Amino acid sequence: MKIIVCIKQVPETQDVRLDPVTHTLKREGIKSIINPFDLYALEEGLRVKESQGGTVTVLTMGPPQAEDALREALGFGADGAVLLSDRAFAGADTWATALTLAGAIKKLGGADLIFTGKQAIDGDTAQVGPMLAAIMNISFASWARKVSFNAAGKVEVERLLDHGYDAVEVELPALISVVKEINEPRLPSFKAKLRAKKEPIPVWGLADLGLNPEEVGLAGSFTQVVKVFPPPARGTSETWEGSPSDLAARLWQRLREMSKAAV
Amino acid sequence: MDYLLTEEQRMLQDLARQIAEERIKPIRAKLDEEEIFPTEIIKDLAQADLCGTIIPEEYGGLGMGTMENCLVLEALAMGCVGVATTYAASFLGAYPLLMYGTDAQKNRYLPPLAKGEALAAFALTEPQAGSDAGAIAATAVKDGDTYVLNGTKQWITNAGEAEFYTVIALTDRSKGVRGASALLVEKGDPGISFGKKEQKMGIRASVTREVILEDCRITKNRLLGKEGLGFIITMKTLDLARPGAGSLAVGLAQEALDEAAAFAKERQQFGVPIFSFQAVQHMLANMATKVEAARALVYSVARYIDSKPKDYSKAAAMAKLFPTDMAMEVTVDAVQVMGGHGYMREYPVEKMMRDAKILQIYEGTNQIMRNIIGLALNKEYSKKK
Repeated sequence: MKIIVCIKQVPETQDVRLDPVTHTLKREGIKSIINPFDLYALEEGLRVKESQGGTVTVLTMGPPQAEDALREALGFGADGAVLLSDRAFAGADTWATALTLAGAIKKLGGADLIFTGKQAIDGDTAQVGPMLAAIMNISFASWARKVSFNAAGKVEVERLLDHGYDAVEVELPALISVVKEINEPRLPSFKAKLRAKKEPIPVWGLADLGLNPEEVGLAGSFTQVVKVFPPPARGTSETWEGSPSDLAARLWQRLREMSKAAV
Repeated sequence: MDYLLTEEQRMLQDLARQIAEERIKPIRAKLDEEEIFPTEIIKDLAQADLCGTIIPEEYGGLGMGTMENCLVLEALAMGCVGVATTYAASFLGAYPLLMYGTDAQKNRYLPPLAKGEALAAFALTEPQAGSDAGAIAATAVKDGDTYVLNGTKQWITNAGEAEFYTVIALTDRSKGVRGASALLVEKGDPGISFGKKEQKMGIRASVTREVILEDCRITKNRLLGKEGLGFIITMKTLDLARPGAGSLAVGLAQEALDEAAAFAKERQQFGVPIFSFQAVQHMLANMATKVEAARALVYSVARYIDSKPKDYSKAAAMAKLFPTDMAMEVTVDAVQVMGGHGYMREYPVEKMMRDAKILQIYEGTNQIMRNIIGLALNKEYSKKK
């Protein structure tokens, strides 16, 4: 079983700041981590490997420092990692990203199973996984909360929905995006971390993937971010200080005023 | 402070801290309150390869030394000393095997230990033999190719949970302590049973039970080293383990300091955070200084032990005595800094204060530590005359 897990390096903070000029995320001084949902994807990949045999290769596209995310993934027990990094890839939207990943997976000789997190916590688009499956023309199941293998060698996936779940059967090769309910990611192991430090990680660029410059990066993107802004605050809020009885009296007074105003 | 750790040591420390932070701290109050044995955390430690730190690589471990063991213990103790004691006591049970075991004995017991599939325990203390370890009465009588063990071991950490026990018993009663031997007894051997789980003041995630041996028959290849080496094995085992007890104290005290200092920053009285009062600052300053002094001592002794000196009983006793007394003082002060909040079970420092007490008692009381140090000093100063 050849398993590929696609991960993304994202800023750790929930308090994301934006560059007002370029509309991109400000990354200076912010620690980078593996997108939390991708850790569940990696864990599921490792579990499938342990039950079905095979290898787990971790793939990411990003700036050179994304290598740190790959080394961290190797520390959990992945067998190998590839970094896709090239100036030509910069500014890629979800489509250009998926196309680049597809090029790399082709170069890796394809895969039986590809795992991704349901979405990245920075962009929150949840598009790269499905687009990658579409480009590769393979089965796709999203929001997997359980993955199992049946006697026919097919993969059964329980997909988490708003109210319950549905169960689908997918044929391999397939891409499965996972939700955090699927498993509990393991801890890194010391021996794997030691290996991860020394493991060579190939860096592939445009030329390695045999893609055209106009297919990737900003040039290959159908969408472009025009404006990024924090959502408008919902109403105004006040902070009051004082003793509980004073505050209660003040609140009562205000509620009465508000109800009068409403009438 | 930078203790010039190697990159590997730092990686190991980070991993142990991650486990303490993510797996231990969120549940430590529950483990304490409900006296739950930390089975899942042992699995986490195994997954991270930390069950094998001091076990040689040929038996599946990391082949590391006392210093690395101390770094892990300190980090785990920041999570919970009950959990860290469970982990440390397993190595206590394994030290005799590591030092005196044959290849066959090591092959049988060490790989499952390194994988975290089994725990070990050290069974020395008896109802009438605590600080006076020479007063043990358990016997191992040779009978053909077997030994038959009888006796009761008291307050044995991990008893009932561990897969194997290093039992100190008399193979020759006429020789007193020189007739003691160390033997490996398995949980499944006929004639071994366990008493009820003791109810303790602190470290309540760890289990403590009696180990009862009634005509427990084991094959003679379970003997460690030679007959009569039991007491020497015991002393060497405790020497090796003592900086570990010191590390538990350092981790515990650091955590208590962190809690107290963070609280002092938040807690407002007289219109300002209590951290701004000199009375509180001086307490915190004393606590921080003591923790750092203890850490420096433990690391120095651990590194000294790893340099393989011939005798390090005095240094090892110091590395247990000072940090554990320190941890008691610091945890008491942490409760004081936090006042009424510190006394409430809703906050973690009252548990830390309860946990600290055992560190002054187990693995040789601090009074015995002073005896050991005093004995060594007496010898040193006699030579100088």
